[in-house]
Amino acid sequence: MSLALIVILPFLGAVLPALMIRSGRAACALSAAWVTILALGLLLTHVPAVLRGEVIQVGWEWIPALGLNVNFFLDGLGLLFAGLILGIGLLVMIYARFYLAKDDPMGNFYTYLLLFQGAMVGIVLSDNILLLLIFWELTSLTSFLLIGYWRHLPEGRQGARMALIVTGSGGLALIAGMLLLGNIVGSYDLTDILQHDPYEIHNSPLYVPALLLILIGCFTKSAQFPFHFWLPHAMAAPTPVSAYLHSATMVKAGVFLLARLWPVLSGPDIWFYLVATTGLVTMVVGAYIALFKDDLKGLLAFSTVSHLGMMTMLLGFATPMAAAVAVFHIINHATFKAALFMNAGIIDHETGTRDTKKLGGLLLLMPITATLAVIAGASMAGLPPLNGFLSKEMMLAEVNQTAWFGQGWLLPLVVTAGALLSVAYSFRYVVHVFFGPQRDDYPSKPHDPPAGLWLPPAFLVGLVVLIGLFPDAIAGDLVRATTAAVTQGGAPDVHLYLWHGFTPALLMSVIAVAGGALAIWRYERVRAWWYAGPHPEAKAMFDRVVAAAIASSKRLVLGLHNGSLQRYLALMISAALVLGFAGFFTATHGSGARPLLSASPVAAIIWLVLLAGCGMVIRYQRDRLLAVIGVGVVGLIVAAMFVYFSAPDLAMTQISVEVVTTILILLALYFLPKETPVESSPMRRRRDAVLAGLTGLGTGGLAWAVMTRDFTSLSSFYLENAHDLGGGDNVVNVILVDFRGFDTFGEIIVLGIAGLTIFALLHAMTRGELYRRLGAWQLDMTKSADRHPMLMVVITRVMLPLVLLVGVYIFLRGHNMPGGGFIAGLVVAIGLIMQYMASGYGWAAQRMTINYHAFIGGGVLIAAVTGIGAMIIGYPFLTGAFDYFSLPVIGKFEVASALGFDIGVFLTVVGGVMLALAHLSDLGRWVSHAPVNEQPMDTLPGAERRHGEGSE
Amino acid sequence: MELLVASAIGVIMAAGVYLLLRARTLPVVLGLTLVTYAVNLFLFVTGRLTVDQAPVLNQGHESFADPLPQALVLTAIVISFGMTAVIVVMALKSYVESDSDHVDLDPQDDGEADS
Repeated sequence: MSLALIVILPFLGAVLPALMIRSGRAACALSAAWVTILALGLLLTHVPAVLRGEVIQVGWEWIPALGLNVNFFLDGLGLLFAGLILGIGLLVMIYARFYLAKDDPMGNFYTYLLLFQGAMVGIVLSDNILLLLIFWELTSLTSFLLIGYWRHLPEGRQGARMALIVTGSGGLALIAGMLLLGNIVGSYDLTDILQHDPYEIHNSPLYVPALLLILIGCFTKSAQFPFHFWLPHAMAAPTPVSAYLHSATMVKAGVFLLARLWPVLSGPDIWFYLVATTGLVTMVVGAYIALFKDDLKGLLAFSTVSHLGMMTMLLGFATPMAAAVAVFHIINHATFKAALFMNAGIIDHETGTRDTKKLGGLLLLMPITATLAVIAGASMAGLPPLNGFLSKEMMLAEVNQTAWFGQGWLLPLVVTAGALLSVAYSFRYVVHVFFGPQRDDYPSKPHDPPAGLWLPPAFLVGLVVLIGLFPDAIAGDLVRATTAAVTQGGAPDVHLYLWHGFTPALLMSVIAVAGGALAIWRYERVRAWWYAGPHPEAKAMFDRVVAAAIASSKRLVLGLHNGSLQRYLALMISAALVLGFAGFFTATHGSGARPLLSASPVAAIIWLVLLAGCGMVIRYQRDRLLAVIGVGVVGLIVAAMFVYFSAPDLAMTQISVEVVTTILILLALYFLPKETPVESSPMRRRRDAVLAGLTGLGTGGLAWAVMTRDFTSLSSFYLENAHDLGGGDNVVNVILVDFRGFDTFGEIIVLGIAGLTIFALLHAMTRGELYRRLGAWQLDMTKSADRHPMLMVVITRVMLPLVLLVGVYIFLRGHNMPGGGFIAGLVVAIGLIMQYMASGYGWAAQRMTINYHAFIGGGVLIAAVTGIGAMIIGYPFLTGAFDYFSLPVIGKFEVASALGFDIGVFLTVVGGVMLALAHLSDLGRWVSHAPVNEQPMDTLPGAERRHGEGSE
Repeated sequence: MELLVASAIGVIMAAGVYLLLRARTLPVVLGLTLVTYAVNLFLFVTGRLTVDQAPVLNQGHESFADPLPQALVLTAIVISFGMTAVIVVMALKSYVESDSDHVDLDPQDDGEADS
């Protein structure tokens, strides 16, 4: 449990600095430090057990179906890395408190840092590779935030973006590789994978692709050649970030993963040649570039690249002893490199520059800083008696035993050259900054920093010396436990000594130190020679690749999406056709066995009318009024079909919707052009006709196939239970308001939203620029002189109470006879809208002050209350109930709770329809530039006719 | 009878899709309405064709039309009215705003401007 807490603590604690910054910078830094101390303390409680060789495990299932478990485990390797992450994290937090300027947002900094810390600890403690991948991506994201912390600096933003692109794409490759690996093993749990037979994995056909993908992930993260270029650009981050992410932790994640998977992936030649060669090249190239970097952090960045290459190379050798050396060097590198990064930060902080050309002679001005730099730099160069010397000697001893392409001399030669370069840049860091004559043109006057800045590196330098002098006493147990974890039992008996005697490795070291010293002594000449050579600029190449990728994706996207909705629709319909017909022609079909109904002559006539209606729509599509009428004809035929085929409810709904839709389209047509111009080429029209014909053929064929086959339906349940359970005889209505009430509830909400959307769209047209534009609207039609004809006014007025009565009747009988809330709502809405049509919107609205918004809201509320009522008495939402009562005169009648629900449906339908139509007709009145008429009709019988202009 | 209904659905669908592919908003709206009819009819006939057997229990019948597709289609009709209404108003507003009822914003800009 405490193991999981180590991972979770930094994430939970990440809110603290953001909150504590209100109490000051010290409180903010302390809160972050305490979180780290707590996690570190928890980790330390496990140290004795892990050093004894135990593996501590804890876990929960997360998504077992995917093999994703929240499993953590702690062995030597996990302990080493978690210790580095938390320990150096703590030092960096102390250091950063004094490093960050007053106007830097410190709360953000510590929050990002803790998030990153949690993600890193998560990587090294995960016992599930899917979980590990999640943490892996989290480190990429949090390091993006940290590198770009100074968001006002373009280098910071560009560096962050480059790091994210490189490590993020590597992370994608890693995901694929890990999935393949898990697929080979059959489990995503690391402990299972590590205990799997390695030979079985090596012989799997998926081994090579899995290995390649995992290596891409590791190499990008650990800045291995040719992915090394992002690391120097990430140096735009504040120095504490560089010290933490780019020396001790994140860039070592790739090395960690190589070590973690070493037992199962290492062994085959491909591992050796890929990993060891990449490491070797990285080591030499990194050291070479570092020698000529003037920026101190750039120098250290490439030095880090070089050292990471060395660790990678050692792991690539695939011998247990080389793995032990790699582990030892991870510890040593973390100590001296983090100390040097902090040192560079101090120089930058106190002198105002970190350009070696502007520095020199700082030895006496900054004695403490200089002492620390000399010791850490000597360790980086590999001088005795420091820890860097130890691991370098052991590395050289391993190299001497390794043949590369069968050549025993090749590897020692190249590695000695690398070591020489490494000595040279280390000397350069020390000599060019601290020695030489004092200058008088430092950007600011140099002096040693406050203790808060030099104590953290001093602690690390102390470790550098102590590990160098007493290696086995201090680091021996940790190296042995870690090596045992890396090699999974194949560990050699590693003992660490300062003095190995006069070995070939010592000779190589002497050559390297002498050559390095010579190179610094004659640095100007070496530099001139380097100037003459090529220096490929990685950032420019990267930018070109990114620009090319953006340009090609733009071409692709803009090529496909040219903005023509017509084209999209044609393509979508074509795609649907291709898929549908491909499915049809690639399967076998029999003909249906269901007996057919005989066609009556009436049906044939109706069919002909339908064809005529469709033909009319297509033939007269450019005369929009005729087209609308044609669509209305088709709608009525559809209603007739519903009547004929035993669906009275549908027929009633269809007819009333038909009326409402036609009114709506006519209202819109009032504004829109009345004719459609000829635009499409004959070619385009033929293409569309073919598409339409094929769609019709497919749909009709599908309908035919469905109708000619028998089927089983769950409708028998509804037919049997509608009366007894739902208390109604009209099964369609009982399904709507009772069995499937929840669906209907959602549907009336959608209808209400549609009504409100229309209101919002139209309401925006009644103000501002659009309103003025509409005010100046020129209608492209002649208006009838008789705007409000007497005949229509009288008929609609007489009809209104009848319509309302019919509505109530349809509503009440709906549960047992065709009818119900939907239909009644539509009927009532038609009755009301006729009043607007007859006497004009303004006149009618003055007399019908109905708030249709309230209808929508009230309807949904009533339906909801009916449903919740069932919950109050302990039934699920919308459970129906009914009973029979009898009253004198009326007799026995039924009351069902579904009636309440149906009232909700009714009100929402009336509200939604009226809200849309009423506002559209109001807009029409404004556009016609007519005032609200005072009389209901133009010619009022019995009243004295006013003079012309008044009534219009 | 089934052939008549199936061909009716096909014809309505074809007319609807043809209008849907037109370049102006109102024909598209009408096309959508026709497609809605076809789809509703299609859903309806998945309950197969039955004559004179409305799914109302108290009329002395033994067998009934399938009530389930009817319930589905009833709400589909009402919802598609809501959808049509929203599209009509959107078409109206885009016309008032851009002074053009072409479905593509800037037909000059596009290689298939002849639409």
